[in-house]
Formats: sequence, structure tokens, C-alpha cells
Amino acid sequence: MSEKQPSVGTYILVFMALLVLAALTTGIAYVDLGPFNTVIALAIAVVKMSLVGLFFMHLWYSPGLNRIVVLAGFFWLALLVSFTLADFLSRTWITSFDLAPR
Amino acid sequence: MSERAASDALPLLPDQPAHSASSVLHHQFEDIEQQRDADNFGMWVFLATEMLFFGGVFTGYIIYRTLYYPGFVAGSHGLEANLGAAMTFVLLASSFTMAMAVHAAREGKRGMLVGFLTSTIILGIAFLALKFTEYIHKWHEQLVPGFNFHPALESLRGAPERSVELFMCFYFFMTGLHALHMIIGIGLLAVLAIVAWQGKIPRENYTRVEVSGLYWHFVDIIWIYLFPLLYLIGGRYQ
Amino acid sequence: MSTAVAEVPVQSQVHYLNANYGIKSWLFTTDHKRIALLYLGSITLMFFIGGAAAVLMRLHLIEPAGALVQPETYNKLFTMHGVVMLFFFLVPSIPATLGNFLVPMMIGARDLAFPRLNLLSWYVYITGAAFTLYALISGGVDTGWTFYTPLSSHYVTTHVIATAMGVFITGFSSILTGLNFIVTIHKMRAPGLTWKRMQLFLWSIYATSVIFVLATPVIAIALFLLVLERIFHVGIFDPAIGGDPVLFQHLFWFYSHPAVYIMILPGMGVVSELVTCFSRKKPFGYIFIAYSSLAIAMISFFVWGHHMFVSGQSVYAGFIFSALSFAVAIPSAIKVFNWTATLYKGSISYDAPMLYALGFIGLFTMGGLTGLFLASMATDIHLHDTYFVIAHFHYIMVGGAVMAYLGGIHYWWPKITGRLYHDGWARFAAFVIFIGFNLTFFPQYMLGYLGMPRRYAVYPAEFQVLNVMSSAGASILGVGYLIPFVYLLWSIRYGPIAGSNPWQSTGLEWKTPSPPPTENFEVPPVITGEPYGYAEPEHARV
Repeated sequence: MSEKQPSVGTYILVFMALLVLAALTTGIAYVDLGPFNTVIALAIAVVKMSLVGLFFMHLWYSPGLNRIVVLAGFFWLALLVSFTLADFLSRTWITSFDLAPR
Repeated sequence: MSERAASDALPLLPDQPAHSASSVLHHQFEDIEQQRDADNFGMWVFLATEMLFFGGVFTGYIIYRTLYYPGFVAGSHGLEANLGAAMTFVLLASSFTMAMAVHAAREGKRGMLVGFLTSTIILGIAFLALKFTEYIHKWHEQLVPGFNFHPALESLRGAPERSVELFMCFYFFMTGLHALHMIIGIGLLAVLAIVAWQGKIPRENYTRVEVSGLYWHFVDIIWIYLFPLLYLIGGRYQ
Repeated sequence: MSTAVAEVPVQSQVHYLNANYGIKSWLFTTDHKRIALLYLGSITLMFFIGGAAAVLMRLHLIEPAGALVQPETYNKLFTMHGVVMLFFFLVPSIPATLGNFLVPMMIGARDLAFPRLNLLSWYVYITGAAFTLYALISGGVDTGWTFYTPLSSHYVTTHVIATAMGVFITGFSSILTGLNFIVTIHKMRAPGLTWKRMQLFLWSIYATSVIFVLATPVIAIALFLLVLERIFHVGIFDPAIGGDPVLFQHLFWFYSHPAVYIMILPGMGVVSELVTCFSRKKPFGYIFIAYSSLAIAMISFFVWGHHMFVSGQSVYAGFIFSALSFAVAIPSAIKVFNWTATLYKGSISYDAPMLYALGFIGLFTMGGLTGLFLASMATDIHLHDTYFVIAHFHYIMVGGAVMAYLGGIHYWWPKITGRLYHDGWARFAAFVIFIGFNLTFFPQYMLGYLGMPRRYAVYPAEFQVLNVMSSAGASILGVGYLIPFVYLLWSIRYGPIAGSNPWQSTGLEWKTPSPPPTENFEVPPVITGEPYGYAEPEHARV
């Protein structure tokens, strides 16, 4: 009640931006950008997530503690993904073993 | 002392209609601000758990997309991007209506609140209808692992069959888990809409709408990632 | 408070236990203290079920060819022992009983942030337990508590789905409990109670709750995916379509390693409370003990791969996990040093809770040090899947966590029930447990080092002497666990009235009558000083 929240105008602007970004994601997929297709699609997804999070979910106006919770979630997820991926990617680094001749 | 002791015997009833702020304050809190703060914080902590819950499947997805990229590209091209885009627009609109519902609750505007909650529910159902349509199409194309995975050669697009099957596992698991969360969300909002229509959500204590909104937006954000990750792998320009 | 004349302890007329009668007032309660007791009853039942499996296993292992059951049954016994003891006893033990009871009292609140959610978490626990007990009665599971694929997803015909669903459901109970504690501690501390004035038990519960909230969802999804793979015979761990069973292990251990810290951190918090009260000293290095709880919670998430050194995980990932596993020992060691420094020149009394705390410090240290053998990849190759691992984790979980749990139950028993138990029997039981425990598990270190593998129903004859010693110890340990059951229950009716603070502790929970009123404090407390003020004159022991 006491904290500020976005106005209806802000909501409408954010919504418009989201629609544009969604159209952009779909449209760019039909253009050949090589590996950048994925990068751009994910970058746009991050922007959309941020808009929804900051404005629709009021994170922009929330106590810092709520933002820390979100960051903690990301950090722990990044931990899970990166260490697991590190295992899978580094399995083939050793291609032969130096065994002493018997 | 005895009225406090009576709390032990209280059955689990929803809050009584509130005509003043004090009667909506739960006994463990000092004031309504603390209650609202705690409720919101609690929902954010819950959403962090959901990040890790979905995160487990996303982890698997990232690993296998790295290892079996051609199969994932092929599988992705078998999905209908136009349906996926339509679902994205529907969900974004539902997030807008949900945000407006929270706004209405804050203003104490009962009619507007019920209207926006209902719109959100309708958009959510529309999303599920589109998803169901998609699943039916996949069934007809014989691309459902564990049931009838016998893809036609053109469905494979040159990729190994087992990689495409792995991709389809992820497609069904991730969108299925997401759809399950949507169904729960729609149920939650339906209950909320009824309670709101009965006039039981005063502007002093609309936290239920707020935290339901947080949950709904989170489910939308999951889809924001699912769309490019499942439907647009490797681009659609081929 | 200290007068020349000792005051006769009194009990208030109306408190949380007699404020309302009838089964509905218990099954529909939202009072955190009653919910704590609901949990206490449930986890004690599960402890005895898990313990029964252990008794059967130890009886079976008296003979090298197996004395009691078929190998298939033996596999089911060790699986159910693990599943029940870990998920249904150890994980909820201190948080759901002592945590639920004490957290609001230690922060000066009337209840947790979400009392109805608290009750829901108990019902969720019961539902999960029901699934698992159904699986047990229908013939059990034999995959080991770790449910490794593809054994669990494709090969066994036992009740994997029911058990996995039971664990999945109970996981949500933990998540809700952890969520409740986090919100409560952040948002509902009494006026004047800054973070650095909180009792150390609260710090450890907070750290545990962070792990609950962030780790449990990952095992939930791992088990969920396992169940789907088992039902549809295809899934993301299935090698036939390119899936990797090791991915299951990653998701499984991402939770299960932090889970063992869920089991030990609250115990460490209890030990901090016991060591300070029974040496009449404030904790040495309060802030180090507090922050080390957070450090343990954090670093525990970085080390899960040390369970997978021989699973086919990359050696390079193994290096990193190994190094980080050494790092996680540091904050634990900091605690042990600080407890020892607290004991030094303290005025020590050897009440039963203190005996358990001292036992914890010694046994946890031994268990922790043996963990280093396992963290080092080279020695782990030899020790993995042997009885050395079993001894290591039982030293920590039983010699550590269970002892801390018993110490806490004894310490706070007067607060919970308003009665004192018989101290002589309590000390005797503590000794019996200590002796029985060491006789059970120390031989297992030797067995493991000599090469006896775990999860085998038979073993080579040369290992029999040590196995018989271990089984003998187990029988003593079992008796030791039964003794408190008797005198604690007896004390509820016949024990002397305890009064509000029989241990003359400085904790906030002792400043209210025993048993406490439903709202905990007649007047909401305001905190004006540091915790553990044992040096102050008003807390001098009478």
C-alpha cells in the first residue's frame, strides 16, 4: 500500500514493448544470422523477462530483499548448469592414458 | 487469554469478509504492512524454488542440445512456430491483464478486478487450447515418445532418430510441466475471481491478488524462455 | 532473578497443550508448537521403521553367507533404511520439531509467518510417508536410496514409483518449512533483535532453510523425471536415445549433498546452544560460528560431484569438486574450534544434553575428518562404495546429527512439556548410545579400508569378526535408543514440574512459562542486549 506501483500507462507501455519483442523474436528467426539467431533470441527473452519482472511483478518498486531472492535463484541455477555442463564438456579432454609399460 | 487459545480449534476457513483493516490482520503479525511484506517475500522465495525446479529440466536441455545439436534443430523444426508465437502473444496478454487486475485490487475496484481476473483466466484457457491442439498434431505425426514415436523420414530432417526422440522428450516434459503450472494458476485465479466477486477483497488487504499475480507472471516468464528454446532452435530460415 | 531462596517451579494454568482438547484441535491446529509435536510423533515412528530395517540388516550380516534374509530382501532393507532414515527422519528431525517449536519463541514472535502453511507441510509430509509406507508394505524397493538409473528406470520390478513419489511429495514439506523459516526470521524478529543478537540456533536454522529452498526442487524434478521414464520407458536418462544416466546423478546429488548439510547444520545450532548453557559462557567467536553456518550452506552446493568420482564423470570436473570438498571442511572446523574454546575455562556441568553435545563434537570431528579421505580422488577410488563410506556418514549422521537431536530434545523437553525427566537414566542412556554407536560403526571403517563393499548381502569370511562386533554394537545402540523413549514419556505424567527456566539459560525461549502459552509471550519481548549473557550477574547459576 505504501510502496509506489506502476501506473496503468506504464503497464500499457510495457505490454506494447513485450508484444514488439515477441514479434521480433519470431521474425528474426526467419533471417539467417548463423549462431547469432540463438544469441539474439535469448537476449530478447532476457529483456522480456526483465520487463515482466521489474514492472508487472513490481521488482523495480520492491524491497531489495525480493531482488536478492531472484538473484540467488539465478546464481544457484547457474551453478547447477555450469558445473554439470563442465563435466559433460570436459569428458573428452583426456583422449588417451599414459600407462607405464608392464 | 481464552480467545487466543481458541485459535487452536479454528478450522481452516478463508478469511471472513473484511470491513476494516484490523479484521484481516492475521494474529502472528504486528500490522498489515508486515503481513503484506511477509506474504510477498514468501511468494518470491517460492518462485526461487520454482526456478530451481524448472531449472533441473533446463539443465538437461542445455546438456543435450550441446551434445546433439542436429537432432534438436530437426526436432525444433517439426514444431509449429506460428502456434508457438500465438501462445506467446496470448500469455503476454494474460500477464498484462493480471497486472491490471492487481492494479484494480489496489484501487478497490471490484468490477474491474473481477473483469481482469476473468480475462486472464480466459487467455490462460486459450493458451491451453492451443497447446492441446499442438499435442494432437504431434500425436497424428507420430512424434510422441513412449506412445507412438514412429516418425516419418521427413520429420527427422536428416538427424538421427534417437536425438529427435530425445528432443521430443524435452518438448513434452517442459511444455507439460509448464501447462501443469498453468492449470494450477487458472484454478487459483478462478477461486480468487469468485472471492473477489463476493466482495471479500478489500483494498486494505489485496495481497492474495498480488501474490497470485507473481505466480502467474512467473509461469509466463518460463514460457518466454520455452518459446525460443524449443521452437526456434537454429533459426527458421531454412 | 537470583535470590537466596530457590523458587518452587510453577506451571501456568492454561498453556498450549491444554488450551484446547480433542483430536480436531490437534489435526486442525495452526499453533507452531502443536505442529512441532505432530512432527515429533511422526518422525519418531519413521525412525523406528528405519531402525527396524537396520536391526534386520545387522542380524543378517552376522554370517558371511547371510544369516537372515534372501539377497533380494537385503537389497530392499538397505534401500528402505536409507530412504526412511534420510528423507523421513533426519531431514525433518531438528527443523520440523525443534525448529518449529523454537523459532518463533527465539525471535519473540507469536507464531511463524505462515501458520496454515506450516500445518499443510505436516500433511504433505504424512502423505509422502504414506506413499513410502505403501511401497514398503507392498514389497519394497531395492535400488538403494540413490535410485540410480538405469537400474531404477529400466531394470528393477520393485515399487520405485511409489517410493520416488513419496520422497517427491515429502520434499515439498521441506520446501514449505524452509520458506516459512526464512520469511519468519527476516520479517518477524522482535524489536531490538538484530541479526547479530540472534541465538546461534536461529542462524543454523536459517542456513538450513536456504538449502531446503534451493536444493530440494532439484531432487524433486530428478525423481519426477525418473518416474516419467519408468512409466513411459523413455526419457532423458535413457541411453537408448542418447540420454546419460550420469545426468540423473548430477541432479540427484545437487540436492543430496546439500541435504546432508540440512541434516547437520541444525544439529550444530543445537550444540552451540548446549555448549554455551552448560559451560555458562558466551560462545567464543559468535560471529564466526554464525557466518560459518552460512558458509557451509553456500559451499555445500559446490561439491556434489565428489559422490561421482567413479561414475564416469570427467576427471577435470572431479578435480574441482575435490578441491571444493576440502574447502567445505573449513567452516565446520571453525565451529569445532569455537566450541572447544567456549568449553575452555567454562563452568561445565555434565547434564544429559551436555553429554550429547560433547559426544557430537568428538564423533562429528571423526566423521568429518574421514570425509577428507573420500574427498581426495585417489583414496576415494579405493574407498568408494565400501563400508568406509558407510562408517563416515554414520559418524556424522548418527554420531553427529542424531546425538544433537537427542541433546536438543532433552534440553528443551522441560520447555515443551513443563516436566523434568530423570537425569540419571538420561545420562546412562547417553553413555549406552555412545558406546553402542562406536562399537557399531568404528569396525566399519576398518571393514571398508580392508575392502568390504557396501550393499552386498554376503561378504568374504575374513570380515566376519568385525561384522559381528558391529552387530553387537548395533544391539547396544538399539537398547540405548529405547531407554529415552521410556523415561521421557514417563516424565510427561510423573516428572517434576520444570518451571520456566530449569537450566538457567539466557535464551529468549526460557523467559516464558513452561509449557508456553499459545501466544508464546504474555507481553511481546523487546531485546536490549547481547545474547548469551552468562557473565552477567542475573544469570549466575543459583
